[in-house]
Amino acid sequence: MSGVHVSTTINGDPVEFVCNADEPLLDVLRDRLGLTGAKEGCGTGDCGACSVTVNGRLVCSCLVLGAEVGGAAIETIEGMATGDQLHPLQKNFISHAALQCGICTPGFLIAAKALLDKNPDPSEEEIRFGLAGNLCRCTGYDKIVRAVQATAKEMRGA
Amino acid sequence: MPLDTHFTNQVFKSVGTRPLRPDGIDKVTGRARYGADYNAPGQLIALVLRSPHAHARIKKIDTSKAEKLAGVKAIITSADLPDLTGDDRGMKDTLENCMARDKVLYDGHAVAAVAAIDATTARKALKLIKVDYEVLPHVTDLDEALKPDAPVIHSHIFTSGVTPKPTKPSNNNRRSEYGHGNVEEGFKQADVIVERTFKTEQTHQGYIEPHACVANVSPDGQGELWVCTQGHFVYRNQCAMLLGMDVSKLRVTASEIGGGFGGKTHIWTEPLALALSRKANRPVKLTMTREEVFRASGPTSSTSIDVRIGAKKDGAITAAHAVLRYQGGAFPATWADFGAQTSFACYDLKNVKSEAIEVIVNRPKVAAYRAPSAPMAAFAVESVVDELARKIGMDVVDFRIKNAAKQGTQSSYGPVYGPIGIGPTLEAAKNHPHMKAPLGKNQGRGMACGFWFNFGGQTCVDMNVTPDGSVTVAVGTIDVGGSRASIGLMAAEELGVPFDQVRVVIADTSSLGHNDMTDGSRGTFSTGMATIAAARNAIKVLCERAAKMWDIPEDAVVWENGTAKPAGANAGSFPPLTMREIAEGAGNTGGPIAGHNEMVADGAGVSFATHICDIEVDPETGASKVKRYTVIQDAGKAIHPSYVEGQYQGGAAQGIGWALNEEYIYGKDGRLQNAGFLDYRIPVCSDLPFIDTVILEIPNPNHPYGVRGVGETSIVPPLAAVANAVSNATGVRMTHVPMSPPRILKAISAHKG
Repeated sequence: MSGVHVSTTINGDPVEFVCNADEPLLDVLRDRLGLTGAKEGCGTGDCGACSVTVNGRLVCSCLVLGAEVGGAAIETIEGMATGDQLHPLQKNFISHAALQCGICTPGFLIAAKALLDKNPDPSEEEIRFGLAGNLCRCTGYDKIVRAVQATAKEMRGA
Repeated sequence: MPLDTHFTNQVFKSVGTRPLRPDGIDKVTGRARYGADYNAPGQLIALVLRSPHAHARIKKIDTSKAEKLAGVKAIITSADLPDLTGDDRGMKDTLENCMARDKVLYDGHAVAAVAAIDATTARKALKLIKVDYEVLPHVTDLDEALKPDAPVIHSHIFTSGVTPKPTKPSNNNRRSEYGHGNVEEGFKQADVIVERTFKTEQTHQGYIEPHACVANVSPDGQGELWVCTQGHFVYRNQCAMLLGMDVSKLRVTASEIGGGFGGKTHIWTEPLALALSRKANRPVKLTMTREEVFRASGPTSSTSIDVRIGAKKDGAITAAHAVLRYQGGAFPATWADFGAQTSFACYDLKNVKSEAIEVIVNRPKVAAYRAPSAPMAAFAVESVVDELARKIGMDVVDFRIKNAAKQGTQSSYGPVYGPIGIGPTLEAAKNHPHMKAPLGKNQGRGMACGFWFNFGGQTCVDMNVTPDGSVTVAVGTIDVGGSRASIGLMAAEELGVPFDQVRVVIADTSSLGHNDMTDGSRGTFSTGMATIAAARNAIKVLCERAAKMWDIPEDAVVWENGTAKPAGANAGSFPPLTMREIAEGAGNTGGPIAGHNEMVADGAGVSFATHICDIEVDPETGASKVKRYTVIQDAGKAIHPSYVEGQYQGGAAQGIGWALNEEYIYGKDGRLQNAGFLDYRIPVCSDLPFIDTVILEIPNPNHPYGVRGVGETSIVPPLAAVANAVSNATGVRMTHVPMSPPRILKAISAHKG
């Protein structure tokens, strides 16, 4: 299979790669670019562990082709902190014990950030439905929802 | 120095606080490396060819075309894995489960594996392997499997535990029995008897991380394995046996683990990756797809259970009897045994009998799933207990309190209990505001109790005091939910130093003595106990070194608040020495300072919980939604309360999914029809409410800090608590989980007649 040459932006950095035409963005990130923060939990868009944003839109990177993202702006978990400063969501996930095994955490953080970017003051129900595309098997979601609530409050300066 | 494991009621400084977990930043930045996040230079990608048949004889496997495909470096079948298991029938079954030999025994059973330069080539190669099957009759339902005309899956299995030995092989590999007293006499004394049969469907642990490993074996017989596992030492021992390697020559490193819940206590693809690597003389990476995880890892049993309980009008249970049938998949197992042992463990019973019937079916080999086998037994027993209380006209909590086991009770499975938490969790439930909150239309409340043994086991810890006086603790149990934090807290407590002066690492198998699996809720219990012992040994060395520095007798030094102090006649003669001061001078006082401990951590305290669930059922659609949920559980001592709460909440959520949605669905063809997260639906965030937790602390007398395991018990009561809630909401006794909308609708319409 001949490769597809793609120029794109990942976490603000210009990136070029060659991938197969049928290769998911997730495989490009993980296997070609060494960005293993996005996880493959299912490969069918059901678990959200591979969540990234493409041009600000939350997607499962297992359902996007690498060949599709030319010229796009992609954000992954590796770009969430600014230097040594964690994003408030990252800090609150740790302080609220919102992770146990941690495999779903990058996806949840990306999804939660996408939610708060759109809706800085979500209700509990809006948080629960906003994160319903991400599976967590360890926490029962209780502490995840609380961490997102605390972050929303903190970021609103409330 | 042997550890005095007796509980002492000390005042804690570190234990019971909630510091940030030390692996937190790695896990929120994507930096933590899980099973599939590691790559070795020059690695090949491996894929497994799996059976499409539930039961078939393998007549021939032709790999010749695949071998000729450019980029294919190794292909293995069972011929590459000769049977080296000797008399160990359990390991022989494991070998046969890892790679089918004469027969395939379930849909998804591995028949061959390929290592190639990339996944695309490996996929092509799988298609070129030709397997000639003779399809055999199959059976996937456990009650069907017990019928006299069922296809017999193994001709060498004759039911054990019955006399005389059966003359014909069958799918019932074992019968066993627990209890005491005389149940028939007991039922004669009963005023009311309730008897029912229950069914539970097969569920999967549903860890989000599929199994993944990278194997690297050299022709000189040395090997390395990077793998997500709950027990890298056990994986090492088992893989070495199957591959014919010296155990010491296989070094296994546990990756971060993306959930296990018992499902990563067994080897599946790891021996295949090792065999491929050995054959190709290259590193081999093997990752399961989600579909493979569902079809070919180790879900829990489906069951059918009969329960009969009798009581007097005053609420005293006079007799309890259960017959529990559990399928263990395609190999002989003892899962019904655990069900039988746990079934009546919450109660103080004079006459009790539990019979376990193990069943073999054409499904994947069952693995442990969080308090394995207990949730199904609790579902059946707690449903009958609930119904019986109502028939007598007693409050369901008061009825349970009246019959609850207590210190000195002979448990239904044998041992006499020490101090236990069933009574206190029930009292806490009775007094919880949740029990008094009003219910809305179509809503019902249920409650249920649960029990789990907890385990200890072989454990080994190394503690090293570094030259600046900070401390590393090397442990052999993996961190799946914050155990680095809890073990660090116990080390800090014992040494009298701040938590952030301790670093806990998971050692590989070549750097530490054998550790058993991280299962049975044993991580914090056992490794904590070994850490306390290692710290006490390190303190002894620290005091000896201080004595040398002061030139006073060793027994004239005491350890207080993280410092050595002169005591007795020398008290006050020198200022205290800190860890750092002693460590800096270690080169002149005898060399590096360390504390070690190896033990079999006995005395894991049994664990009890009581759950309360409010549910709303839509009578038109049968859909249900949990509106409120409360978990009350005895932790012994909560080392890091946030992660104890997390265990309570997570177990409850898994149990709710099991109760309402999750099930393996097999077609008539014996194939699994819902091998993915879309059709095997685990609870999502919008399915659940906040889950309230109440941590009770009834100290385990056999642990210095009173710790009991906390990881598993939380999944035991939910099936019954939710079922009792649905039964109360609908007025129909629910006897089959999951209580999916069609099943609830069917029950309602059958009741209406």
